[in-house]
Amino acid sequence: MNPIEPTVRVQPGDFDLSAEVAALTKIRKNIGAAVTFTGLCRDEEGSLAALELEHYPGMAEAEIGRIAAQAAKRWPLTGLTVIHRYGRIEPGANIVLVVATSTHRKAAFEAADFMMDFLKTRAPFWKKEHRADGSVGEWVDAKSDDDKAVERW
Amino acid sequence: MTKMVYFAWVRERIGLTEEEIDIPGNVKTGADLLAWMKGRGHNYEAALAFDNAIRIAVDHEHIDQKEDIGSPREIALFPPMTGG
Repeated sequence: MNPIEPTVRVQPGDFDLSAEVAALTKIRKNIGAAVTFTGLCRDEEGSLAALELEHYPGMAEAEIGRIAAQAAKRWPLTGLTVIHRYGRIEPGANIVLVVATSTHRKAAFEAADFMMDFLKTRAPFWKKEHRADGSVGEWVDAKSDDDKAVERW
Repeated sequence: MTKMVYFAWVRERIGLTEEEIDIPGNVKTGADLLAWMKGRGHNYEAALAFDNAIRIAVDHEHIDQKEDIGSPREIALFPPMTGG
């Protein structure tokens, strides 16, 4: 089976989870599993007003595309969609979506997990905090746990 | 001339989003580039003080600091990424 062509979008606007799943599941009848991951903005116990997501236009799409192509090569997927937002994002709003579909669930689960682990450490996005008290907060620090997470693959 | 682009706190500390620079011929690797850039002014020194917190991308692809930069159109310097 040739690897599928993943869909990658980097955009300021929101996405519709069910529409993205439907786009991958309506094209074939042999899909037994659709796994989705949605990353959202937390309010950090009320202290955060919003996150400002900066990205590197061009490289963001290219790097997510490279990770998605690896996932598509490694697991027998029937579809893979990755959407990452940028700009100002408020608590409760969506930041990132991964939809992986496959004939069986294991490939879809693993591919979505792999996608997120590499996206967090390699996709050129940076989060800056805007605090609820009106001040501009810090740049969010990268977590060493995220670096460790990629090592298991 | 090479287009340099900067992101997040590297951009803020340097005080520029991008610039065109002439990279000397003796700057071969990513580490050489950071060492040379630090000598260009206090803002660069402040932005790039912690070498292991700086990531380098050459024409939209990550490279290790020990790798050669080659002769790219665009080089990006930025901190560890925090997307997702």
